[in-house]
Amino acid sequence: MNNQLHAHTVRAYSDELNALSDEIARMGGLCESQVSDCIAAVMRRDPALADQVVEGDHQVDALESATEKRVIRMLALRQPMASDLRATIAAYRISGDLERIGDLAKNIARRTHELNKSEPLELTRSVERMGKLVVANLHRVLDAFSAGSAEEAIAVCRSDEEVDEHYNSLFRELLSFMIEDPRTITASAHLLFVAKNLERIGDHTTNIAEMIHYLVTGNELHREIRRDPGDVA
Amino acid sequence: MADSGTRSSTVYHDAAKTLQGKITLDGVNVFYGPKQAIHDVSMVIPDRSVTAFIGPSGCGKSTILRTINRMNETIDIARTEGSIRIDGDEVNSKAVDPVILRARVGMVFQKPNPFPKSIYDNVAYGPRIHGLASGKRDLDAIVETSLKKAGLWDEVADRLDQPGTGLSGGQQQRLVIARAIAVSPEVILMDEPCSALDPIATAKIEELIDELRENYCIVIVTHSMAQAARVSQMTAFFHMGDLVEYGPTEDIFTNPHEPRTQDYITGRFG
Repeated sequence: MNNQLHAHTVRAYSDELNALSDEIARMGGLCESQVSDCIAAVMRRDPALADQVVEGDHQVDALESATEKRVIRMLALRQPMASDLRATIAAYRISGDLERIGDLAKNIARRTHELNKSEPLELTRSVERMGKLVVANLHRVLDAFSAGSAEEAIAVCRSDEEVDEHYNSLFRELLSFMIEDPRTITASAHLLFVAKNLERIGDHTTNIAEMIHYLVTGNELHREIRRDPGDVA
Repeated sequence: MADSGTRSSTVYHDAAKTLQGKITLDGVNVFYGPKQAIHDVSMVIPDRSVTAFIGPSGCGKSTILRTINRMNETIDIARTEGSIRIDGDEVNSKAVDPVILRARVGMVFQKPNPFPKSIYDNVAYGPRIHGLASGKRDLDAIVETSLKKAGLWDEVADRLDQPGTGLSGGQQQRLVIARAIAVSPEVILMDEPCSALDPIATAKIEELIDELRENYCIVIVTHSMAQAARVSQMTAFFHMGDLVEYGPTEDIFTNPHEPRTQDYITGRFG
């Protein structure tokens, strides 16, 4: 992340900034596999994988706490300025969003056990498609972080529109499903929460993209810019 | 924005235009003998605000500061070109008496330099020579007001007849500021006013600067980036005699546009 800049006169400071972005990358990679595993657990009705995701969330939490401590330490001892300040603040916010993504993945994984109590629903496939898109966006946003790419960050924000559309149509379909056959209500409700959590993961991914944009450009990503492809230079 | 390969450093900033301009520098070049210390600097310094000049040693920030009240004239080999105007009045005009100019533009230096006189006389000296007081009572009032504005009155009110040099470093610096204020200046130039002071005395001076900006145009040269960030509304970054970047302090410290500014304020110069 700091590769395009000169090294700090104080080398330990550069090392700390690098460690911070390494931590975010590690946390991001972990969250990405948590999210894809939790979807796989629901799809394959795999309780062992679900438990593994629930267990893995502790690791995400530990990384968030380590990042938070490092950020506080750096603010107190280094008083970062300009791009360093933005990198520090962005790391703090991104780790918060990743931690929430981890929690949502855990929540999805837990629903595997409930969903396994009833017959598989046809709509599970739609949830899977939505999940794939969410994972792809998360992967893309982490790449944007490593590459320091504001353009990729904007692209991720735009792609979240599609996630929202997926969710809205799933919501309607599940609703009609429940009306048609009240016996599916329990499973449908769980699946609806799975979809809702995926939609929330998409929102946190968007937050991360916005932080990357701020980190790289120093400017906030305005809603209009990310909604209107014609606006971007 | 000036590209880093050129020597031109004409950087105006929109924010400086929206604030009421007090000092205007236009194509200012300064030479020390054959060596050019300042290259074509143009900027508008707003009134009733604090403008910080930052940059590495030898970048020309103090030189530029000293052109504003013609202090460079005291150096034989120094030569200034270009226009420096305060409220539109050309500073370098032959009609301008440098003594009157320096009453209009007060200056505070790195090392507090009180006169070897009483606290009272230190402050009363300027008003006396400029004939600003009509009598003893008037002069007393000026001394008291100036010391109050400089945040020193409560500490010295009962010992005005004692030597100014007997005060602590921080008190001396506030005494010098009181002395500058006593002649009702419009601009106060400060050349690293806190570099010889401890953190508490520094905080008092910074608090004072913040109060003074309601009534004066203040320009401060500082090596402490944190101080520039704390006290100023506008920041100018100089490097090798160029004005590299000039803008609102918040922008300079969160999102500088020039790579040289970025490198300097993040500590990557080398």
